[in-house]
Amino acid sequence: MQKAPQQGRDVKLSARGVKVFYDDTAAIKGIDLELMDKEVVAFIGPSGCGKSTFLRTLNRMNDTIKGCRVEGEVLLDGEDIYAPSVDVVMLRARVGMVFQKPNPFPKSIYENVAYGPKIHGLARGRGDLDDIVEQSLRRAGLWDEVKDRLNQPGTGLSGGQQQRLCIARAIAVSPEVILMDEPCSALDPIATTKIEELIAELSSQFTIAIVTHSMQQAARVSDRTAYFHLGEVIEVNATEQVFTQPENPLTEAYITGRFG
Amino acid sequence: MESHTLSTQDVLHERMAKKLKQRHRRERLFKFAGLLATCLGLAFVAFLFISILSRGIPAFWQSTISIPVYIDPELVAVEAPPEREPQESQAAFKARQDAWRNGLMRVSWNAVLAAAVADLYPQEDFAVRDVLALFTSAERHRLRDLVAQDPSVIGSTLTLNFLAHANVDVWLRGNISRDLPDAQQQLPPKVRALADRMAADGYIQQRFSKALFLNTDSRSSAASAGLSGAFMGSLFMMLIVLLLAVPVGVASAIYLEEFAPENTWTNVVEVNINNLAAVPSIVFGLLGAALLIGWFKLPLSAPLVGGLVLSLMALPTVIIATRSALQAVPSSVRDAALGIGASKVQMVFHHVLPLALPGVLTGAILAVAQSLGETAPLLLIGMNAFVANVPSTPMDQATALPVQIFLWQGNELRNFFEARTAAAIVVLLAMMLGLNLFAVWLRKRLEKRW
Ligand SMILES: Nc1ncnc2c1ncn2[C@@H]1O[C@H](COP(=O)(O)OP(=O)(O)O)[C@@H](O)[C@H]1O
Ligand SMILES: [Mg+2]
Repeated sequence: MQKAPQQGRDVKLSARGVKVFYDDTAAIKGIDLELMDKEVVAFIGPSGCGKSTFLRTLNRMNDTIKGCRVEGEVLLDGEDIYAPSVDVVMLRARVGMVFQKPNPFPKSIYENVAYGPKIHGLARGRGDLDDIVEQSLRRAGLWDEVKDRLNQPGTGLSGGQQQRLCIARAIAVSPEVILMDEPCSALDPIATTKIEELIAELSSQFTIAIVTHSMQQAARVSDRTAYFHLGEVIEVNATEQVFTQPENPLTEAYITGRFG
Repeated sequence: MESHTLSTQDVLHERMAKKLKQRHRRERLFKFAGLLATCLGLAFVAFLFISILSRGIPAFWQSTISIPVYIDPELVAVEAPPEREPQESQAAFKARQDAWRNGLMRVSWNAVLAAAVADLYPQEDFAVRDVLALFTSAERHRLRDLVAQDPSVIGSTLTLNFLAHANVDVWLRGNISRDLPDAQQQLPPKVRALADRMAADGYIQQRFSKALFLNTDSRSSAASAGLSGAFMGSLFMMLIVLLLAVPVGVASAIYLEEFAPENTWTNVVEVNINNLAAVPSIVFGLLGAALLIGWFKLPLSAPLVGGLVLSLMALPTVIIATRSALQAVPSSVRDAALGIGASKVQMVFHHVLPLALPGVLTGAILAVAQSLGETAPLLLIGMNAFVANVPSTPMDQATALPVQIFLWQGNELRNFFEARTAAAIVVLLAMMLGLNLFAVWLRKRLEKRW
């Protein structure tokens, strides 16, 4: 059922037999999925099928949820991120996350981007930090809009700008993987387009997993698409194929239902 | 078919209109009830404040006798104060000085005061007893202290202010009915007449009462009873609560809210903290008496013990306030911090706590203010003792403002202490108001809404 991922790429992140429980109810019932290096994978599927839950297992954000338990393994460059020796702090620096609702810190734009490099000790001195901040904001396509007001609050930006600020914040620590949970669901179409363009650009440097409700978005930004259904991945294939010739009738039903 | 649908819609509209009317009526009723409740509450508060202020504020002024006093060398018949001889040792000189001061004690200061009043009205012939009834008893000691400090005043005439006796104050301010028969008056007729006459001549005036703020409580001389001892006692206790309950409470709240694992043990702790907040304050007093005084042998009546007891009392309130302030921080902030790889400690101290700080501080200060107004537990650890000195350390005997209010309220000199009590309440309220304003100011300062 699962097609071989694109040739010539290494496996970056791989989930094997992942099950996630909230207290005793299984939200993820066994998922095997591989993310290749510098690949964009879209997660689609009906609400409540476990896309966010699965995404959060990939950088252990589920650790913070009471009663949440993960089984199986998730390998980042071949190492299990749930192994006791793994430091979540390091892990989350390598696997960054962008959330559904833009959530910049209630601090200045500069502080927002500089925070990650600061706590991870990435910058040597102020000048270095300034460079990282500028670089990150440039890569997030936000630099020109905010360069004159770096000391103003990040929460004062528009929704789309805030989300790009969050992306800049995430890439400032040079992660290898970026997880995005419906990053555009709170944004207007123009802001959405900007984020999508940004994702396309970032895909040259990062492995990206993006949850989306919009099939068009999945089609536009992703190399492969995984269709989630009731806590399982029913189908994962090249995006084009998923949308033109879905293998699984459930996938087809979802896609056609959505398109009308 | 068409007409049927139409009529159904009409019926529906009619029903809606009826329902709407009912809704409006309910809304109006609710708003009215709310307004009424608010007004009632405001009225009570207004009544409370007006009654306390109208009684307390006048007590900031006090009948003061302001007359020229001739320090008659014949009455103050003491030799010149000792001067240090070249060969004299320090100790010997001090002994001579003490002897000279003791000599001052034997001077009849009453006679000096009586003469001062007699000099005002040379034609009259007052009984010394009647004249002295005008002055509150502590004032002759003040006269003595004045001379002890500066012996050169002997032989000169000084215009001095003396506090009038409490009964004189009551009489002049009309706090006792002038129609009462002599038997029920606190002062003999001659004293009343003299007081009236001196007041009319401007020798007795209403002056701002420094004694109320600078003196400690006094038993023998009601008119010079003041709040400074109680104020210092309360201040010490406030500092202890601030330094003890606030840091400990905030720290344990942070631990419980952010770090503690959720298990039976933490659940028990949590339930206990909530219950502790509801324990009657007098129980904390019993605990303080048994544990701190009985077991640890800390001194009775000490602000240290009072502060510890009040800290214990304030602790659950601080913890609960801090926890709810922490809970109010949106989870998106936590996600953002953790998502970028902040550790839990970094998340809490860099992001969550700064956002919760205004709430934490407001809660903490309100808890402090609340404990400051507490009386019952302090009674149990002996802070209702009569203390004539201002405490200079938290280990000294002291009382506290609310306890002082309680004591004055029970004083048998009712018509004098009624106003004094109200004045003390005003001071306590001012202290609370100060704390609350401080909380508001802190909140405004820290609440940089981004
Ligand atoms: N914090 C949680 N506690 C308990 N159940 C949860 C929690 N988060 C999600 N769930 C449940 O897990 C399932 C998957 O949810 P989620 O991953 O949010 O789905 P999706 O993102 O695909 O809409 C849902 O049934 C949801 O009710
Ligand atoms: Mg979701």
